[in-house]
Amino acid sequence: MLIIDCPYCGKRPEIEFSYGGQAHLARPQQPAQLDDQAWAEFLYMRTNIKGVYAERWRHARGCGRFFNALRDTTTDHFLAFYKTGEPRPTLPAQHERTT
Amino acid sequence: MSRQSFSALSLILRSLSRHSSWQKQWRKAEPKAEYDAIIVGGGGHGLGAAYYLAKEHGMTNIAVLEKGWIGGGNTGRNTTIIRSNYLFNESAALYDHSVKLWEGLSQALNYNVMFSPRGVMMLAHTVHDIQVFKRHVHANRCNGVDNEWLEPQQAKEFCPPLNIENNIRYPVLGAALQRRGGTARHDAVAWGYARAADAVGVDIIENCEVIGIRRGTNGAVEALETTRGIIRSRKVGVSAAGHTSVVMRMAGVHVPLESYPLQALVSEPVKPIFPCVVMSNTIHAYISQSDKGELVIGAGTDAYTSYTQRGALHINTHTLDAICELFPNFRRLRMMRNWGGIVDVTPDRSPIIAKTEVPGLYVNCGWGTGGFKATPGSAHVFAWTIARDEPHPINAPFTIERFRDGFLIDEAAAAAVAH
Amino acid sequence: MNAPIDGLRTPSGGLVDRTRRISFSFDGRSYEGIEGDTLASALLANGVHLTGRSFKYHRPRGILAAGSEEPNALVTVSRDAARVTPNLRATQVELYAGLIAESQNRWPSLERDFGRINDLLSAFFPAGFYYKTFMWPRKAWKALYEPVIRRAAGLGRAPTHADPDRYAQRYAHCDVLVVGAGPAGIAAALTAAASGARVMLCDETAQFGGSLLADGGALIDGLAAQAWVRQAIESLQSNRRVTLLKRTTAFGYFPHNFVGLNERLNDHCEKPPQHQPRERLWQVRAKQVVLATGAIERPLVFPGNDRPGILLAGAAQTYLNRYGVRVGTRAVIVTSGDDAYQTALDLKAAGIVVAAVADLRPEAIGALPEAVRQAGIEVLPASTVLGTEGDLRVKAITLGRVEAGSIQPGQRFECDVVLMSGGFTPSVHLFSQSRGKLQWSDALKAFVPAVSAEQERSAGACRGVYDLGDVLADGAAAGTAAGEPAATGAAQRRFSVSAPKRGSESYLGVLPQATSPSGDKSFVDWQHDVTTRDLALATREGFQSIEHVKRYTTMGMATDQGKTSNLNAMAIVAKSLAVAIPQVGLTTFRMPYTPVTFGSMAGTSRGDLFDPVRTTPTHAWAQARGAVFENVALWKRARYFPRGNEDMHAAVARECRAVRNACGIFDASTLGKIEVVGPDAAEFMNRLYVNNWANLGVGRSRYGILLREDGFIYDDGVVARTAADRFHVTTTTGGAPRVLGLMEDYRQTEWPDLKVWLTSTTEQWAVIAVQGPNARLVLESMVEGIDISAAAWPHMSVARGKICGVPMLLFRVSFTGELGFEINVPSDYGQSVWEAVFAAGRQHGITEYGTETMHVLRAEKGYIIIGQDTDGTVTPDDAGLTWAIGKNKTDFVGKRSLDRASMKAADRKQLVGLRAKQPGVVLEEGAQVAEKPGQQPPMILIGHVTSSYASSVLGHSIALGLVAGGRARIGQTLYVPMPNGDLEVEVTSPVFYDPTGARING
Repeated sequence: MLIIDCPYCGKRPEIEFSYGGQAHLARPQQPAQLDDQAWAEFLYMRTNIKGVYAERWRHARGCGRFFNALRDTTTDHFLAFYKTGEPRPTLPAQHERTT
Repeated sequence: MSRQSFSALSLILRSLSRHSSWQKQWRKAEPKAEYDAIIVGGGGHGLGAAYYLAKEHGMTNIAVLEKGWIGGGNTGRNTTIIRSNYLFNESAALYDHSVKLWEGLSQALNYNVMFSPRGVMMLAHTVHDIQVFKRHVHANRCNGVDNEWLEPQQAKEFCPPLNIENNIRYPVLGAALQRRGGTARHDAVAWGYARAADAVGVDIIENCEVIGIRRGTNGAVEALETTRGIIRSRKVGVSAAGHTSVVMRMAGVHVPLESYPLQALVSEPVKPIFPCVVMSNTIHAYISQSDKGELVIGAGTDAYTSYTQRGALHINTHTLDAICELFPNFRRLRMMRNWGGIVDVTPDRSPIIAKTEVPGLYVNCGWGTGGFKATPGSAHVFAWTIARDEPHPINAPFTIERFRDGFLIDEAAAAAVAH
Repeated sequence: MNAPIDGLRTPSGGLVDRTRRISFSFDGRSYEGIEGDTLASALLANGVHLTGRSFKYHRPRGILAAGSEEPNALVTVSRDAARVTPNLRATQVELYAGLIAESQNRWPSLERDFGRINDLLSAFFPAGFYYKTFMWPRKAWKALYEPVIRRAAGLGRAPTHADPDRYAQRYAHCDVLVVGAGPAGIAAALTAAASGARVMLCDETAQFGGSLLADGGALIDGLAAQAWVRQAIESLQSNRRVTLLKRTTAFGYFPHNFVGLNERLNDHCEKPPQHQPRERLWQVRAKQVVLATGAIERPLVFPGNDRPGILLAGAAQTYLNRYGVRVGTRAVIVTSGDDAYQTALDLKAAGIVVAAVADLRPEAIGALPEAVRQAGIEVLPASTVLGTEGDLRVKAITLGRVEAGSIQPGQRFECDVVLMSGGFTPSVHLFSQSRGKLQWSDALKAFVPAVSAEQERSAGACRGVYDLGDVLADGAAAGTAAGEPAATGAAQRRFSVSAPKRGSESYLGVLPQATSPSGDKSFVDWQHDVTTRDLALATREGFQSIEHVKRYTTMGMATDQGKTSNLNAMAIVAKSLAVAIPQVGLTTFRMPYTPVTFGSMAGTSRGDLFDPVRTTPTHAWAQARGAVFENVALWKRARYFPRGNEDMHAAVARECRAVRNACGIFDASTLGKIEVVGPDAAEFMNRLYVNNWANLGVGRSRYGILLREDGFIYDDGVVARTAADRFHVTTTTGGAPRVLGLMEDYRQTEWPDLKVWLTSTTEQWAVIAVQGPNARLVLESMVEGIDISAAAWPHMSVARGKICGVPMLLFRVSFTGELGFEINVPSDYGQSVWEAVFAAGRQHGITEYGTETMHVLRAEKGYIIIGQDTDGTVTPDDAGLTWAIGKNKTDFVGKRSLDRASMKAADRKQLVGLRAKQPGVVLEEGAQVAEKPGQQPPMILIGHVTSSYASSVLGHSIALGLVAGGRARIGQTLYVPMPNGDLEVEVTSPVFYDPTGARING
């Protein structure tokens, strides 16, 4: 059970949270302007990174807030937590390995 | 390259020389400079595809590249359930194609994969479950796929340890039973395909990780960069399960996949006590007993994407909550080993077996939690797709483009059934 | 040759109480042990070595070890018919008076086991033999071969009764978790506690002390080892920041320093206390972890190394020094290092004849060998073992001499025990589970921890530190560092130790053999009968990765998970492939370290505690009225209210008629309710739902539809506008949490600029539906502050008022097609308002009804149930709900997806009514629909029945279905293929009852 550091509540066990998938995917402003391919990219395409992944969590059984985290999907260790809307933090170079 | 036959007689004869004359079941091949086709991923699906390419499509200059040891991914980590009682015609056709191949696979490969049609029983715990399972039963019957409805007492007769009393939170209200479903020996599937593929000339190259995909000026696949050098091929089939996203990205192809941990566990071995496979999606558990006597138990995926091949303890305890509810006699048994795999999940929980936008690049992925059962069928139609550069009618609906166009094959949404 | 049985117990010494004799039975025979014994030590004290049969060849097997690594001595222990536990290691079973144990996997008896024939036929059963045969005839695998193999396999028998015992679970947090209470662990706990940290110390055995409990002569800080342990544990016990857990196995190491412990509370008790759970699962989050898990003695691989009476030298020392048990009367010791020499001295001092110490090293020099020679024991350097004799007990061993690379026959010794020591294998299981990186040590011939992945340290023997003084210092340093991770250069605690210097010489692989080895098998994995020949066969057949070798031979896959076998196997494989051991690879260590009871993992999560039970405010009332309940999501909902001997059909028919003809009352409290509030509430709803909310007036409600972004229906429900800036959104019963989650997702992450807030109010409101032509008659005298007359208050009106003096939000809505109202009152008033309405309704024929009647009534009107008539692949148009979509909206969740070509295909399945031509036939829900009759499988199918009921009001059955191009087929005859033939159905409008809506607007 992971420990997740909610930016609003602090460290809590994973069972208080629900997973929100890849972060920084904005819903298109005008979906009608997109062709089918572009819309499908938004709907379904995820980078599925093996390495440092920016992802969303919701403190569903706590404050209810969504926030973002950087997690290494090869170790399940978190590298950063930050609020929705904030830019993805820059990590020390050794962590920026992704495949 | 004549292959030694496997049989009781050969076993007895070779025992005279203390089994010292058995050959390698597959050669330790060195990579050649070029192949007519390369399969990336030495699991059951990949090895099977290579076998069918050689056996049925006359392509013999083929290699399977495996970054570790063959069968070391999800082939060797799953709970070996085989069934084909899927709802949609497309799925039922694919999985039933597979079950039919399973039924003769040991003989076809001359390798006992121990396919055991012990029956797969899926439990209903709510009125909604009953509706869903009856829909499956009817659809399957009309598609020629066996699946029958059992009342609780019948379910208990089929599986005596099952608790059908009202003393549990979600009592058993009935079950859908596919008698042709069952289990097989997972490792033997990889090894059996490897041996059979090797015998028809396929190079199986282990410890060979693909680190790049080279494309020509026309965009088509030209060669693979690997940890054992560059290997040329104009046809590359990717069958890399949880790592498919990683491999496909090397060719610039994005596939709608997410990789999740999936755990399973076994108990200590006990004498035969469990005659079939039981699955409960509503309370998240499935169980069978291996030939060795272990109860083989699994559940749904963990919550988050991961490549760690391990999961969380609370997923495990929740699985065993369900097992202890359904089989209170098993509470004193003990978990002997737990493990995790990486399953690649598509948005509609159905696989992709298709050509890609890159000429010469093919992909077989997205099996989620249910890939083992499909191994022979999937490998068979994937080989067809690679050899002919067009899909077999059975896998024609399982394209990448279906997500763009909206022609989903959404078993999960339609049935709320793990598969 | 054997001494009298009584003579096997030493007159004094050890940690057992000779004054308390305990009788127990093994395989139906009574024995006596003493308090402090394990089943293994008690059996050995009775001269019993033969305790089991091996898995495959059914070879007689004795006790090999003294701890959890035991591969052979597996027993079933029974307290009563239900409390039967198979596969327990006798070395871990603590003795209690009346304990009943039985051996396993033998027939008819342990001494005469028919399965032994497998050993004689073993030439035909090499590793993986089952992959090569049993293939013909095709059907015979399932019918014949597999059942035979299954019966032969397995170990103990599973219990046949439900386990009556209870299991508990606890979560715990600590600063430092120390795993293993041997010298390193105790030292670590002492120093960590001294730093003020909250410490947990756990050990899998019944007594703290680890290897010190079996140590005959060591002095620590001037105290005998066992006395030092007592003092240290007392000091820890007196510290209230320290938690000590014995009989507690740390079985799993999970990410973020989360460790699973399993505590066995009462399996050792003669009469387990009633109040106590049998086991307790601890889930511990530790800031720092110290692993002090020790090392396991490595057996030696030589022909016939598996006979009862052949055991690990350290185990013999433990049985002697801890339990006061002599494992035999005449021993031969085979060793690769100095440790076993101490065992030789201890045994001799206890009166056991040590016939010889055979040393694998070319020379046996140093203090310990010298002391052994001084004691008059023959020491034979440069030895190997050529074979052993004996069936149910070893009776002789033949040694060989290694001279200039060749093997010379050596002496034969009669003996009743052979003790072997191949050095130690550090227990890196938990370290490896934590994903720490291991490193191969040539010096130790073992893998040792190199790089930690978690906040963790290994200390003592588990990282290859063996000498007692070093072990204590290592543990102390780890405890200090873990207790004060911020502090640097803290003074290290030293212990003054007087003990023989312990070496780390170890041996790997097969003992040297002559070119033509004797016929007997050399076992690597005892429990699974994996021999050197099996490993050779595997590599010969191309199984060369250690994972392949493991899977092909099943080496390391038994209940001991290879604790005594893995490294020897790797060495043998490496040698046969002529590569270095690390190149063979290492099998992955997985949890659990030792098996964990299912019941403990499940804990109290049983019955009603398996999942929360949600009940509505009228639950008790419904129970009292004899309602039959169904589970819907977490809720218990009244399904129908049978009267007298009514079955469901009769009850539902009666309830339906009551609603249609008079009035019904229904508890709809389980509907999800979300309050959407704020200046941008209407905009938010507009972006989310398909409907147009801008033009919904205050005091009005509307049927809302929510899609997923992929265009398929996600949820539905009536949405009321209760103020300009306030919507009361209802959802399906099961959908409430996910709808709120989806709303919050958009609100927080896509549209944070909108001023809108969401609150779940599902449990704040009790919802009482009053439906039927008499509904207004029932309510008009009760409702305060709202004119509910037909003229003043049309269908879909909403208003605040009072009922029974209680504040109320009243809806004029109907899910039945009748004139209907839904009374929302605060939940605490739910039952009393319900009772008041029910009382007032009596004169108007009010009848309580349940979900089944609700389903029939709504189906008669063609109203869909999400999840029954839709399935996640249905668009609003498929469901005939295009009318609900806001006409001029440019966007809402899912809209773009509806524009894809596939969503407009003419053959999409559309919701229609299906009317069986035979009015008495109720179609089965889920039955398929075909255009052509008389098809054989595989049929061409065009749809399926989603809802189907007998309608007592209409006098015929009705059904809804999704049918390809369905709306264009209205009037057509289609076919429902059933096992007994086709049923003819007519495609109709989905609205069977009151299509003009006269009643609902009445």
